[in-house]
Amino acid sequence: MLYRENGQFKISYSEDQQILPIVQDRWFMLALLAFAFLVMPAIGTDYLFLSLVIPFLILAIAAIGLNILVGYCGQISLGTAAFMAVGAYAAYNFVIRVPSLNFLVVLILSGGIAALVGILFGIPSLRIKGLYLAVATLAAQFFVDWMFARVKWFTNYSSSGSVSTPPIEMFGWSMESPVQKYLFVLTVAVVMTLAAKNLVRGHIGRSWMAIRDMDVAAEVIGIRPLYAKLSAFAVSSFYAGVAGALWGFIRLGAWEPLAFNVNLSLNLLFMIIIGGMGSLLGSYFGAAFIVILPILLNQVPGAIGIEMSTAFASHLEAMIFGSLIIFFLIVEPHGLARLWAIGKEKLRLWPFPH
Amino acid sequence: MDQALRTLQKNWPVVLMLVVMAVGAAGPLAFGMTTPGFYVEVMLGGLMSGVMYSLVALGFVLIFKASGVFNFAQGAMVLFAALSVARIAEVVPLPVAFVAAIGIMAVLAWLIERLVLRHLVNQDAVVLLMATLGITYFLDGFGQTIWGSDIYKIDTGLPKTPMMVLDSIFDGGILINTEDLVAAGIAALLVLALALFFQKTPTGRALRAVADDHQAAQSIGIPLNRIWVIVWTVAGFVALVAGVIWGSKLGVQFSLSLIALKALPVVILGGFTSVPGAIIGGLIIGVGEKFAEVFLGPILVKQFDLAGGGIENWFAYVLALLFLLVRPEGLFGEKHIDRV
Repeated sequence: MLYRENGQFKISYSEDQQILPIVQDRWFMLALLAFAFLVMPAIGTDYLFLSLVIPFLILAIAAIGLNILVGYCGQISLGTAAFMAVGAYAAYNFVIRVPSLNFLVVLILSGGIAALVGILFGIPSLRIKGLYLAVATLAAQFFVDWMFARVKWFTNYSSSGSVSTPPIEMFGWSMESPVQKYLFVLTVAVVMTLAAKNLVRGHIGRSWMAIRDMDVAAEVIGIRPLYAKLSAFAVSSFYAGVAGALWGFIRLGAWEPLAFNVNLSLNLLFMIIIGGMGSLLGSYFGAAFIVILPILLNQVPGAIGIEMSTAFASHLEAMIFGSLIIFFLIVEPHGLARLWAIGKEKLRLWPFPH
Repeated sequence: MDQALRTLQKNWPVVLMLVVMAVGAAGPLAFGMTTPGFYVEVMLGGLMSGVMYSLVALGFVLIFKASGVFNFAQGAMVLFAALSVARIAEVVPLPVAFVAAIGIMAVLAWLIERLVLRHLVNQDAVVLLMATLGITYFLDGFGQTIWGSDIYKIDTGLPKTPMMVLDSIFDGGILINTEDLVAAGIAALLVLALALFFQKTPTGRALRAVADDHQAAQSIGIPLNRIWVIVWTVAGFVALVAGVIWGSKLGVQFSLSLIALKALPVVILGGFTSVPGAIIGGLIIGVGEKFAEVFLGPILVKQFDLAGGGIENWFAYVLALLFLLVRPEGLFGEKHIDRV
């Protein structure tokens, strides 16, 4: 009833090109942002921020990065965690070695370094695709894992190989409480999502999608695969790098050599499969799903009186993830984002079926 | 002669790779870094683990040939099969448990075809890969739920005592595990049996027909669905053998599932569609890895002041990556031209 677009006419080009063309969507987004920025800090508990919302937002950034590569450009990657690791260790080294650097600058620089590494490991994509590329990105994963575990310079010669981050300071203001961390991560996530949205609907994003849909045809109409693929790798790794830096500094605080292992890469892939490939909203859905499901599995059975060992809970989690992936691949390859879109479509037409 | 020279010119990157690999293999001996006895021992050790990689890679190749599915779940199948054998063997004799596990793998193959593959026919290879990722997670969780997640033993009754051979040729002789020898023998037998199965039986011929062209095979009356069940069962059987051998050596535990990751570079190196490629690729990767760890590792550690070796974790992958750049179809794979 409320969600209806009759009477909303687009009378200028800028109105036609808005990100959210329907006025109700704009109000909804505004309300959501207002809730996230103003209400959440007031009502959220530390536990909620630290173990739910902050991981969700950071993983969503990483998932957006992966989605740009897999969902928009069609290049499969099993090595996202490696690029996150590059971002995390780059940020660590910047902060340790250049203490006066603003953390925002550190974030951008570490994203940039991750982008460079991404381009390096994306070069094989110019010759190979599909399964072969999956193996090439796995090579990146294992090599990077090893490099950060073994090369002492990266961990600042710490004896155990694990690193712990100093407190974050910027503009003379240090970030300590969970609420401050939450607001910072939220701001980064909003800015990066907006940037991604504009990238994927601009000419760069269109060239990515052309490559994804049919690379030969894209080349024929004048898209250079070299630039399209490598820019997708660069942007994707930039997002992963920033997410990695945030994950290391804000979520973990201190981490072991194998904190960014192949399991994290696979989890990120699951996020975009479940959430929806080729959809930024889907990245958020997927991240929320992956963060919430383990917590639910830990809490709910206890709450309704079923005792479950932690080992069983983790096995159950693996089984649920596995079956859900197969389910979504078969039934709804575009994931939760597609279900959301269907729901919206139904609402617009309601009460008519067509 | 001219012909040979021209082929050489066209394939110079491959030749270069092979030369580099040969130099890498011969280097330690040539530069006097090691004694011949130790060199041969390292090589044998590498060959032994290479046999294991080959076994897992074989499962990959079988499924890829027959259904075009890149089966990431092969490692999970190895773990599942080994767990089944280990737990069933606690109540019945090992041979019975082995046969029972074959049955379980056949049921599993049927379920996978029924519930997953049938619904994803004609999908993109990458989608199928992701589906097998889902199978991997499910199988890991399921296997450990019903069979338990401790470390289990499979006692094959083989002697585990190492023996010294060739005392007369090398200083101090060479240490060989009897169990490893038997394992290698079993692997060779398995490959032989598979080759016979593929070449001589009607089912094997049908499998090869499906591998060549799905549509053509179907149009002459080969039931695709049944063929897929058969090929997944065969892959399950290969996984079972690999699982029992690895399991008796290292104990049945979750890490068995990770050897699938080691088998990926093997199939890249050998070619996705070639059974001999899987074997030879496995041996190359096995030996290369051990050589890199034993001979190259210490040099790297010393030169760059690393916190320890462990380069065998990525060496196989980087080798495969380099190979991808010069010869994407692998050593023995079918050449196909794909515009990228």
